[in-house]
Amino acid sequence: MLYINCPHCGMRSQNEFSYGGDASVKRPELGKEVSDQEWNNFVYNRKSLRGKHWELWQHLFGCRQWIKVERDTATHEIFSTLKANEEIS
Amino acid sequence: MPQDFRLKDGGLINRDKKISFKFNGKEYFGYEGDTLASALIANGVHLIGRSFKYHRPRGFFGAGVDEPYAIIQLYRNGETEPNIKATEQELFEGLEAKSVNCWPSVNFDIGAINNYLKIFLPAGFYYKTFMWPKSFWYRIYEPFIRKAAGLGTASIKHDKERYEHKYEYCDLLVTGSGPSGLASAYAAAKNGARVILAEDKSRFGGSLLTSEVNIGNQSGKEWADSIISELKEMPNVTVKNRSQVFGYYDHNMLVMSERISDHLPQTKKFHPKQRLWYIRAKEVLISSGSIERPIVFGNNDTPGVMLSSAAKEYIKVYGVVVGKNPLIFTNNDSGYETAIEFKKNGINPIILDTRKDPNSEIVDEAKDLGISIKNSYVVVAAQGYKKVKSADIAKISDDKEQLGAIENIKCDCICVSGFWTPTIHLASQSGNKTKFNENIDAFVPGISKQNEKTIGAANGIFTLDETLKSSFTIGQELSKKITNNDNKFSFPNVVEKKSTAHDKFWCVPLPKGKNYKRFLDFQNDVAVSDIEIALKEGYRSIEHVKRYTTLGMATDQGKTSNLNGLQLVSKIENKVVPAVGHTTFRPPYTPVSIGAIVGREVGKHSKPTRKSPMHSWHEKNNAVFVDAGVWLRPRYYKRGNENLFEASKREAKNVRTNVGVCDVTTLGKIDIKGPDAAELLNRVYTNAWLKLPVGKARYGVMLREDGIVMDDGTTTRISENHYHMTTTTAQAANVLSHLEYYLQLVWPELNVNVVSTTEQWAGAAIAGPKSRDLLKKLFPKSDVSNEGLPFMGYLEGDLFGVKAKIFRISFSGELAYEVNVESDNGNFMWEKIIEAGQEFKIQPYGTEALSTLRIEMGHVAGSELDGRTIPYDNSLEGLISKKKDFIGKRSLSRKAFTADDRQKVVGVVPLDKKTSIPEGSHLVKDSKAPLPNPKLGYISASCWSVEHDNPFSLAIIKDGKNMIGKKLFVMSPLKNKIIPVEIVSSHYVDPKGERVRS
Repeated sequence: MLYINCPHCGMRSQNEFSYGGDASVKRPELGKEVSDQEWNNFVYNRKSLRGKHWELWQHLFGCRQWIKVERDTATHEIFSTLKANEEIS
Repeated sequence: MPQDFRLKDGGLINRDKKISFKFNGKEYFGYEGDTLASALIANGVHLIGRSFKYHRPRGFFGAGVDEPYAIIQLYRNGETEPNIKATEQELFEGLEAKSVNCWPSVNFDIGAINNYLKIFLPAGFYYKTFMWPKSFWYRIYEPFIRKAAGLGTASIKHDKERYEHKYEYCDLLVTGSGPSGLASAYAAAKNGARVILAEDKSRFGGSLLTSEVNIGNQSGKEWADSIISELKEMPNVTVKNRSQVFGYYDHNMLVMSERISDHLPQTKKFHPKQRLWYIRAKEVLISSGSIERPIVFGNNDTPGVMLSSAAKEYIKVYGVVVGKNPLIFTNNDSGYETAIEFKKNGINPIILDTRKDPNSEIVDEAKDLGISIKNSYVVVAAQGYKKVKSADIAKISDDKEQLGAIENIKCDCICVSGFWTPTIHLASQSGNKTKFNENIDAFVPGISKQNEKTIGAANGIFTLDETLKSSFTIGQELSKKITNNDNKFSFPNVVEKKSTAHDKFWCVPLPKGKNYKRFLDFQNDVAVSDIEIALKEGYRSIEHVKRYTTLGMATDQGKTSNLNGLQLVSKIENKVVPAVGHTTFRPPYTPVSIGAIVGREVGKHSKPTRKSPMHSWHEKNNAVFVDAGVWLRPRYYKRGNENLFEASKREAKNVRTNVGVCDVTTLGKIDIKGPDAAELLNRVYTNAWLKLPVGKARYGVMLREDGIVMDDGTTTRISENHYHMTTTTAQAANVLSHLEYYLQLVWPELNVNVVSTTEQWAGAAIAGPKSRDLLKKLFPKSDVSNEGLPFMGYLEGDLFGVKAKIFRISFSGELAYEVNVESDNGNFMWEKIIEAGQEFKIQPYGTEALSTLRIEMGHVAGSELDGRTIPYDNSLEGLISKKKDFIGKRSLSRKAFTADDRQKVVGVVPLDKKTSIPEGSHLVKDSKAPLPNPKLGYISASCWSVEHDNPFSLAIIKDGKNMIGKKLFVMSPLKNKIIPVEIVSSHYVDPKGERVRS
């Protein structure tokens, strides 16, 4: 079971969280014209990386905040975590 | 009955306390502190089971966790449990055990005929033979194999025992209380670290219990006892025996099973049987020791062939000898230690040593004691069927290829020592890259992935002095890192006898003309010849060889067989062992009972049960409940002998003619506040929300980004910046997360707060033509007329002194209201509604009537909003705003979603107006068309229309808009039904929606 450092609450076990997918995906702005390809990329197409990956988790049974977690998808090593409003550098 | 194999004294058992037990129906006794295995051996019982494939007789091979044979079915306190190792099961008064894998009895086993057919049962036999004819598999082959094979029977009764889960955190987890575990735990504890020391066995001390050593002027056991009693007194230390750390998971999470009551005749009141510990450790020290390896020779599975370390343990711990005429077969000094123990107890062993001329303090001691030693000798084959009677032995050449003349010598047990294999399971599970150590012919832990270190024999260190020194140092260094304390203390002086190098010998060649079975895996009956066949047939990867031959796949996970299997593959393949590599070790290290894994989450505790505040009223009024997610909801209220169908029809009809009341507390409720609340709703819902006036409710549909309907419900503007959102019961949690996602990540600029208030409000839906009359009685001070409270209106009222929210919304399609009060007042509200409703013939209605009402009205719900449909499919396209963007809007212009013949919800009526239509049935054009019959759509929900008094269903069907009036067939192969039907509008009752506005 992963041990995730919630930036709001500290180290918590994985069973307090739910997974939210790729954190690098940006939703196209409301009302903006987007091509089919662009929209498909946003809704469906994910890279399924092996290695370092920024992903979203929600601290569901905790502070309920969505957070960003940099995790190695092969080794499960977690390198850093960010609050929702902090930019991935 | 005398215990022929029990020594007069010695051992750690309590000879003052006799314990009686039964094995295969026969009564025996042992002593407190015995295992089932030691007690049976003391009584001269060596035949305990039959082997898995050939049904050969099986005895005891080990004395603990590594035991591959002695698996029994245990009976305790009216319960039975399979897959118990006799070598681990502690004796308790009244214990009963039976052999497994034998029929009709262990002494006469029909399956043993396989032993004579063994030429026909090579590796992969089952894969090759039972493939054809296909129909024979489930009728003939499988039942036969199932009866013949198997390692016990699981109980089908409800397990009355309690199992617990515990979450624990520590600085240092030490797995094993042998010398390395004790030393490191002690050093770390002295530095103030929070330590958990886990020992699998009942006794602490590991190898110190059986070795002849001296630590600081104490015997090994005395030293272990003093360390343990000191550790137990320390507040920062948890010491646990009977506790096996069996799994090493991600981020230093380890799982341990503690057997609290398995050694007792019955579990004490309020105690669990077992406890599963989830331990998050900062650092882990693996001190799991090592397991002796067998040497492979002919008939090496005969009862009486045993690990030499086990024989020593039976003497030293239990005061039991495994034989009175022992033969010791060894390639290293450990065998001598066992021989010396025999000799000290008045028994004359013979040592066969594969080495030519070993010289060490231990060898010298054996010689001084006058033990007979044959060098360069091997056991070629054991003789005897149910017990070793003699051994064929021979001299072996220096190159270990040629056997000399075969001699037969009498013996009643053969104690084997083929050197030691470090127990690297936990290290390997942690992701450690193990490496092969040539000096000990075994794998040891290498580069760590997690915060783990392996110490002592588990790391290939076999001298006590070095083990203690390195373990003290590691314990001290790790704890210093964590606690910043640095308590220095001196190492104790260690006296141990020196040993010399082992012989790299592991398998005795077959003598000419003999075809003895030489077993590698004793539990799965995998012999040298099976591996040879697998390799001949082209299997190369060790992972494939393992699966094809089942080597190491038994419940003992190959603890005694893995390395010899690897040696064999590497020899035949002419590769070095590290190039062959070992198979993956996976948790659990030892079998864990399902009960412990499940813990308290059984029966009604398997998920939380949520009840509305009116639950007890429903119970008192004969409600029959149904699971709705985690909620319990009344399905119908039973009157007399009514069944579900009759009751729900009565309830639904009463709503259409008089008035009904339904508990809608379970609906999800989300409080939304903030200056941008309207903007959030406008982005989340498909319709327009910016102009909703205060005091008005609106129905809304929300989509996922892929255009699929996520949920629907009404949201009411309570005040300028305050909204009350309702969701379906099932989606409540998801909708809240969905809103939080957009507010926190996508549009953080919106100034809105959301919070779940589902539990804060109790809700009652009052529906039916007389509902307004009832409402007037309930809220005499409020104007609830059609003008004062119009459709989709909202009021705050006073319900006999209780503050209430009144929404004029309708799911049933009738004139209807929903009243919410604070949960604590829920029952009060409900009773007032029932009381005031008597004159209007009010009846409570359950979810079944609720479904009937919504289906015949054509209102979509969960069975249509099933995660596969878009608004158009549900005839909700009128709610899609063309003027604004919202979540998922862009997806709605996808080609498939805009196709001209896109599926749509319709109504379905059977032509005979009688036959009920099963939900899930398919709609087809021609019921006699050849299979696969093209499917036009499916029945999503069915009811008996109380308005029309005939069956009515909703269906989602291709080109639904052009299907109205068509005659089709409903097919349900599952229910074996073909029903001619007509497609009608989904709005079967009040299509213009006049009633809700009346």
